[in-house]
Amino acid sequence: MEPTNNVSADLVVKDLRERFGTDAFRPQETKDSIPTYWVREPVRDILKYLKTDIKKPYRTLFDLSVVDERFRKHRQGLPDCDFSVTYHLLSYERNNDVRLKVALRGENPSLQTISDIWPAANWYEREAWDMFGIVFDGHPNLRRLLLPPTWKGHPLLKTHPARATDMEPFTLPDDRQEVEQNALRFEPEQWGMQRRSETSDFLFLNLGPQHPGTHGPFRIVLQMDGEEIIGLVPDIGFHHRGAEKMGERQSWHTYIPYTDRVDYLGGVMNNFAYVLTVEKLAGIDVPQRAQTTRIMLAELFRIASHLVWYGTFAQDLGAMSPVFYMFNDRERIFGIIEALCGGRMHPSFFRIGGLTQDLPKGWDRLIDDFIKYFPPHLREYDQLVMENAIFKARTKGIGAYSLEEAIEWGVTGPGLRACGMEWDFRKKRPYSGYEQLDFEIPVAKNGDCYDRAVVRVAEIRQSLRIIEQCLKNMPAGSYKADHPVATPPRRNKMLYDIETLINHFLSVSWGPVIPPGEAAVLIEATKGCNAYYLISDGNTTSYRTRIRTPSFAHLQMLPLIAKGMPIPDLMALLGSIDYVLADVDR
Amino acid sequence: MRMMIGQLSVIFGVLIAALTAAAFLIWLERRLLALWQDRYGPNRAGPFGLLQVPADMIKIFFKEDWIPPFADRQLFVAAPAIITITVLLSFAVVPFAPGIAVISPDLGLLFFLGMSSLAVYSVALAGISSNNKYSLIGALRALAQLLSYEVFMGLSLMGVVMLAGSFNLNKIVEAQRHLWFVIPQFPGFILFFIAGIAETHRLPFDLPEAESELSAGFHCEYSGMKFGMFFVGEYLSITLISAMTATFFFGGWQGPLLPPVIWFALKTFAFICLFILIRASLPRPRYDQLLAFAWKLLLPLALLNVLITAAIVLALER
Repeated sequence: MEPTNNVSADLVVKDLRERFGTDAFRPQETKDSIPTYWVREPVRDILKYLKTDIKKPYRTLFDLSVVDERFRKHRQGLPDCDFSVTYHLLSYERNNDVRLKVALRGENPSLQTISDIWPAANWYEREAWDMFGIVFDGHPNLRRLLLPPTWKGHPLLKTHPARATDMEPFTLPDDRQEVEQNALRFEPEQWGMQRRSETSDFLFLNLGPQHPGTHGPFRIVLQMDGEEIIGLVPDIGFHHRGAEKMGERQSWHTYIPYTDRVDYLGGVMNNFAYVLTVEKLAGIDVPQRAQTTRIMLAELFRIASHLVWYGTFAQDLGAMSPVFYMFNDRERIFGIIEALCGGRMHPSFFRIGGLTQDLPKGWDRLIDDFIKYFPPHLREYDQLVMENAIFKARTKGIGAYSLEEAIEWGVTGPGLRACGMEWDFRKKRPYSGYEQLDFEIPVAKNGDCYDRAVVRVAEIRQSLRIIEQCLKNMPAGSYKADHPVATPPRRNKMLYDIETLINHFLSVSWGPVIPPGEAAVLIEATKGCNAYYLISDGNTTSYRTRIRTPSFAHLQMLPLIAKGMPIPDLMALLGSIDYVLADVDR
Repeated sequence: MRMMIGQLSVIFGVLIAALTAAAFLIWLERRLLALWQDRYGPNRAGPFGLLQVPADMIKIFFKEDWIPPFADRQLFVAAPAIITITVLLSFAVVPFAPGIAVISPDLGLLFFLGMSSLAVYSVALAGISSNNKYSLIGALRALAQLLSYEVFMGLSLMGVVMLAGSFNLNKIVEAQRHLWFVIPQFPGFILFFIAGIAETHRLPFDLPEAESELSAGFHCEYSGMKFGMFFVGEYLSITLISAMTATFFFGGWQGPLLPPVIWFALKTFAFICLFILIRASLPRPRYDQLLAFAWKLLLPLALLNVLITAAIVLALER
């Protein structure tokens, strides 16, 4: 399934070389099949060409990330530089990605913004400035995105300490407190908003960070004329926990539990994206049984996550009962997860090369019971929520965006499928054995709140189908790859020869050493496409962990859709996007 | 003297009955919702959690009585009192049984409508005096909603008045000796009950509060006993609307075998449960949908109901 990437990309590069000169592109070997090229400035022109002029264009800016290259040791084939900016583009028409990298030198280097080419680059560039101090010339609003405006320094720099114990003790003297409090004062002009128009004074409503409708610490400042939203500015970062920085400190193995907490409703779905990437870097083949179990658990979590969305979406629209039914069923799923994995919301069950342990005896009965129990309830929920006239009146035609906009802004998952695009990474780029399973991609066509709901509800049913197939066709065999860097390391020969004992000891105490390289695996997570772009420098920790999350892209689009809405519609929209703040802020 | 004692006992009886019912309702609603939502509800304090309400009341009485410094003090204090007073005053005209009513004025129905109109002030003043943007939006919504629904609440009762030939609640009840008005006045009943839900701003018409949008709407800034007053006021209005529905459409205290008071209580209780069931099952419409529903559908229906009833009454009299 994957090789299409290379052939198609080679053609692209041929095309590009003809246009921009032969030496403008320098390929880099990566462990995934995504073609990666170092390009010379101005990268803007190349990106613009790829987005608009080329046949079958790359219309989605999938990710924009930065690497602090200053301490990287394995640099074979890489240009000499202090920082590199990576543009990850995606073309749905080609089913193909391309990664373009720009080498930058010096402290606080600068390059041209691409936020005028891709409006979606706005937040990515702000994040890059926030975390690395990269200046994007011409950016309309290059301010901190995830960190508070008073923060000093750029935390993802290798020179920035990762632990509080490496820093000065935190104090908050009165003058500093004064400064911090003043920084919280709301000035509409700073957010690019007018206080009044010719006809009216606007009402500025601060929604969040603590508000029942925002589903987590998320702040939106609304500029309102009556109850109509004239403008709004989303303010994120309240849930930022430095997950990417922690990836550079934790060993490859001990980082797995941190991934669970990124999309905290997705559980092992986050492990999935991470371990697949690490396995790609290390070249591990995962046994069939482990692959199928992974799919089964991931789909259980997809259902659990969709159930939370289902219930809270209904609650956002004022229905108070559905959330209780759906949380009860989610509880049932957690009961199964607990029996299988030992954990509930964050089981951290996947390991590099397989799983923590084999499925326990009787697991099939639990799954079977659930598959029989759930569909009738799902039908009941359809009657209660989806077929309710008030629910329909509140969601149909509300918060619609077109397929063009969705692709442009990097929307993935149900939000994309609700616009009529039949795109699912499980089908289009199968991983872990999804190609052997029989399921459909639910789509809808209007791209409004109701259609996003329709798609998600249909996905719950498809996930049940997948789980049923996993149950019926669970392969026998090992639950973990027999590979030197698979974790936890093998024990079977450990006590018989000293060499394996030493290896085991090192692998447990320091963690496995993953060979140098770069990779990312794009998976269909609960909210959209999730990917870990990992760079190994041949060490026990990753050199750079970039987490591309779907919610980040989805939330950035909010002002585009929400303008002109009244507050109740905004709540419907927020509910239908189905974001998780930890997934946005990481 | 004897009459005065009799009257006083009725007054206090009604007062205590209404307030107890409201307090009991808090427990009832929580238990019923829990039953329908597959959970337990309050079941720790006392048998079946019955002492939950006293426990909450003790808590709420001892909470700090905080008035936000940015609020308009007088109005802020007056607002929660208004709703409780107006609703309690309305109870004065409710005929609990033959002869048991605080007063039985000939314009009892209009008195009830008038009092429920005054209750709008409570929500509006609370929202405006709080000096909070969420409260303000809640208050504006409340004004629009309550004014719209009041219009046809009155109209929906005109059919009953025509059939009974009186505004006196006792006479309305007695006129239903042979046939409850719900049968000839079925549209009137539906309209009145919808308007009643809107007047009490309960789900699906809880737009002034709209927890997921305005956090708590007009009573955002209220805490302690002042919040408690809104709370009790809401439950009192539920009881009142239920009692009025029973009076206007379901024969009031009339019924075989059991004593009239019991009949009245049973009927009222049934509508209270209906209130709670509706809350458990429906989402909330948007306010423009809500207003369109009132003005474009319910108001014409109410007018039509008045016209047709009048025509039939005239035809029968001929």
